[in-house]
Amino acid sequence: MENKIVVKKSLIPGQTSMLVIDAPQIARKAKPGNFVILRVHDKGERIPLTIADTDPEKGTITIVYLVVGKSSAMLETLKEGDCIPDVCGPLGKPTHIEKSGTVICVGGGTGIAAMHHIAKGHHQAGNHVVAIVGARSKDLLLFCDELGCFCPELLIATDDGTHGHKGFVTDILKERLEKDKDVSEVVAIGPVPMMEAVANVTRPFGVKTTVSLNSIMVDGIGMCGACRCSVGGETRFACVDGPEFDGHKVDFNELKMRLSQYKDQERTSLELFRKDHG
Amino acid sequence: MADNKKNPKSPRVPMPEQPAEERSHNFNEVTLGYTYEMALEEAGRCLQCKKPLCQSGCPVEIDIKSFIGHLAEGDIPEAYKVIKNTNALPAVCGRVCPQEVQCEGSCILGKKGEPIAIGRLERFVADTFTADSACEMLTGDVACSLPNDHLKVACIGSGPSSLTVAGYLAARGVPVTIFEALHEFGGVLVYGIPEFRLPKEIVAKEISALWTKGVKFMPNWVGGRTITIQDLIDDGYDAIFIGVGAGLPWFLNIPGENLVGVYSANEYLTRINLGRAYDFPNYDTPAPHPRNVAVIGGGNVAMDAARTALRLGAENVYITYRRTMGEMPARAEELHHAEEEGVKFQLLTSPMSINGDENGRVKSMTLQVMELGEPDDSGRCRPVPVKGETSELDVDMVILAVGTGANPILLEATPDLDLTKWGYIKADPETGETSIKNVFAGGDIVSGSATVISAMGAGRKAAKEIAARLGV
Repeated sequence: MENKIVVKKSLIPGQTSMLVIDAPQIARKAKPGNFVILRVHDKGERIPLTIADTDPEKGTITIVYLVVGKSSAMLETLKEGDCIPDVCGPLGKPTHIEKSGTVICVGGGTGIAAMHHIAKGHHQAGNHVVAIVGARSKDLLLFCDELGCFCPELLIATDDGTHGHKGFVTDILKERLEKDKDVSEVVAIGPVPMMEAVANVTRPFGVKTTVSLNSIMVDGIGMCGACRCSVGGETRFACVDGPEFDGHKVDFNELKMRLSQYKDQERTSLELFRKDHG
Repeated sequence: MADNKKNPKSPRVPMPEQPAEERSHNFNEVTLGYTYEMALEEAGRCLQCKKPLCQSGCPVEIDIKSFIGHLAEGDIPEAYKVIKNTNALPAVCGRVCPQEVQCEGSCILGKKGEPIAIGRLERFVADTFTADSACEMLTGDVACSLPNDHLKVACIGSGPSSLTVAGYLAARGVPVTIFEALHEFGGVLVYGIPEFRLPKEIVAKEISALWTKGVKFMPNWVGGRTITIQDLIDDGYDAIFIGVGAGLPWFLNIPGENLVGVYSANEYLTRINLGRAYDFPNYDTPAPHPRNVAVIGGGNVAMDAARTALRLGAENVYITYRRTMGEMPARAEELHHAEEEGVKFQLLTSPMSINGDENGRVKSMTLQVMELGEPDDSGRCRPVPVKGETSELDVDMVILAVGTGANPILLEATPDLDLTKWGYIKADPETGETSIKNVFAGGDIVSGSATVISAMGAGRKAAKEIAARLGV
């Protein structure tokens, strides 16, 4: 199966890119919340990436990635017209979307891309979507134009104050929840500390909070259990039971510990790759 | 020149293997295979019984008497044809079948002495041919034609049951497409069984033989997600075979199971086998390198995980099992090999908790001491806890090899499929047909965790039924 890169766009030079990939069989089935597993080369690792958008008619899916380790660094070397050897999906349970009123979608970093697909789903279901996006600085914000097209409210926070509110997405979220008692759901996707902070902010308001867990995965189809996480005291597999769970019930400390288990090897891999590729 | 005379009283020809101290540091195959002379000598022990009991013990109905007969006469091509006639994967079966409870278990020579080494002979015959030439060998054609190209059959999953279905139908000229969720084909043969027991090259050769016969292989297609049973029916497939295995790992629900350093055997073996993590950083998939490892369980998967951990440099590897050696379900040969290589056995122990350090990493395991009580329904003695007696094992990694259940992905996407009370697919024991017409299932997704050969047996039954319905 050839999965050609149809479009490549650098969103944050050297750091975050967007790929539109030819994958008709996946585009036909993918829903918001789904992810794919890629292998970038023959000796590559299987890496999960959330689907940021699909175009079933053109047969393409969109993914956005942050260059963190060897696999994403190699992905970054591919150009338009190149093929990715393995793209498998759609995986995971789709986001539960129903018409429920006002939904706040919070996205941080590359998580904004995944959040975009979910926000779009909520918009299409007839919900009033409030998007809150955050990054360290103005240049690191993603998908603001796209979100602006269908979100009546787009609220922005930057750590350095170069755009929107100076501070965290949680500041804006709290303010918004205090003002509006009728929010039916908060969805948060981004770095683990951000999702944890969001869950902590929404807890006293009692508003349903969904987070998308980026656990380590191997097969992504429920066979290995690498992605297991504790939710409400029960072990769940992020790949088949999730990746979305009730943020108020997730054991974030355990998730952080499990996410760091291959740090040393990941560093070795990346260093070797950098040495070979300048 | 080998002596072709029948010599049933001579001892069974031993299998040459790598010395234990050498092989426990590499991933090369443990057993080296018979030479021509050894194979002929062993084949010469066969009594060629009038009513061969061995054959009734074989789930894929190999004409064992006939293949050994040809082999004893030195006619290896003919022996190969006989085997290949009913078995799509002889080089695999010769290596991983539990022969001692199947064909060899029924051999009359076993009553007084040692049974014929049927598995080793099957392996010798299969290995003598590169499987690439199988098509030519069986039909005289280099590329098999597909005369029945108005028909089409789909298999979901590319493990032993699907490969058997594909082999049977392709030999009858039916185009078969195999959809596999992973990036490599072979199912448990590639992600589960380590290279030192079943080299990847062997599996690749058998698959390439099917490919030559016209079987189409589609990687990265997840049954139930990328493609559903309904999609395949809508696409006009005449029959669909579900052979997705039972891949959902079980955990014990004891404290500490989500600590860093606790693995399901599936994850551990998939990293090492499918991801070639033993060759990190040449391959990108990382593997853990612990010093002291406990593997929980007593089956083949537990032995595979334990022996793999030794090969990756662990100093101490323990198998913790709640019964004794006699009750272990692993193949006799694997147990024997594991012992030789230095795996330590902590028998009559059952894990109570896995204990972690302040960073959430495994540091020890608490074990309940057990004793054997009265036999239970399975006929095996029930392990009973010895009140108040526990022990502590210092380990920095724990691998759980306590079984697997039905993977939910395809089942959830196919609500019309009737399931058993254990969550496996309900299939007719004679035909393999499920509650959906012309949709068949076999292997672990029907039986629960079993063996490669029993999955192949189920595949063979379903394939026969499909062929009959298609009139080929």
